[in-house]
Amino acid sequence: MGFTQVYHYVAGKLDWLAAGGPIEGTGAGRPRAGEVARGDVPTCALDEHLGEAQGRVRAAGWDACVVVNQERVVLGLLRANELEGDPASRIEAAMRPGPSTFRPHVPITEMAHRMVDHDLENAPITTSDGRLVGLLLRADAVRTAHELHQAEGDSA
Amino acid sequence: MPREIDREGVRRLVDHGAQLVEVLPAHEYEEEHLPGAVNLPLRRLEEQAAEVLDRHRAVVVYCWDSA
Repeated sequence: MGFTQVYHYVAGKLDWLAAGGPIEGTGAGRPRAGEVARGDVPTCALDEHLGEAQGRVRAAGWDACVVVNQERVVLGLLRANELEGDPASRIEAAMRPGPSTFRPHVPITEMAHRMVDHDLENAPITTSDGRLVGLLLRADAVRTAHELHQAEGDSA
Repeated sequence: MPREIDREGVRRLVDHGAQLVEVLPAHEYEEEHLPGAVNLPLRRLEEQAAEVLDRHRAVVVYCWDSA
């Protein structure tokens, strides 16, 4: 073809989207999981005690806490049930390990469906290397999807 | 044979004027694509590259993923 400088971005568009890279196109303006997720979710470490997390979560007005390491890689999740445990227990023992996580680029309408279908109250949103972006609440996902549907219906 | 690059490589090359080419079908390109990318679906790449692209600038091609 006569081109001497040709490169192949092997990991492709999926990699770009999963890393939160900017995009163009008809889907560009639609809300995605990463934008709707709450970045101020309380976090805690594996070697803390549940009582410490309980205090922090309560003070912040939340009912969930994400367990992360020093690089903010998600290791587990404490939902309302787990947070009711023995304050003396270690986070590592109390948490739900390896929760299902989702990437920031997933359209919010898709997230809303999944969270309703699988009865997920909340879901950690992470980058492709597992770092926490925020916690997506089902109520936020469903509300945003509904608003989008209404707006697209109005403009049709 | 194209040289393989990663995300940072894409950013560096684009900063230096590289042309981005998405080889996926048009409807996928229209939905979302990397900023500034043009669409040359794979089956038309050879026939249209010379018309659409500047052969004096680097070209970065990408698909959906590595599969």
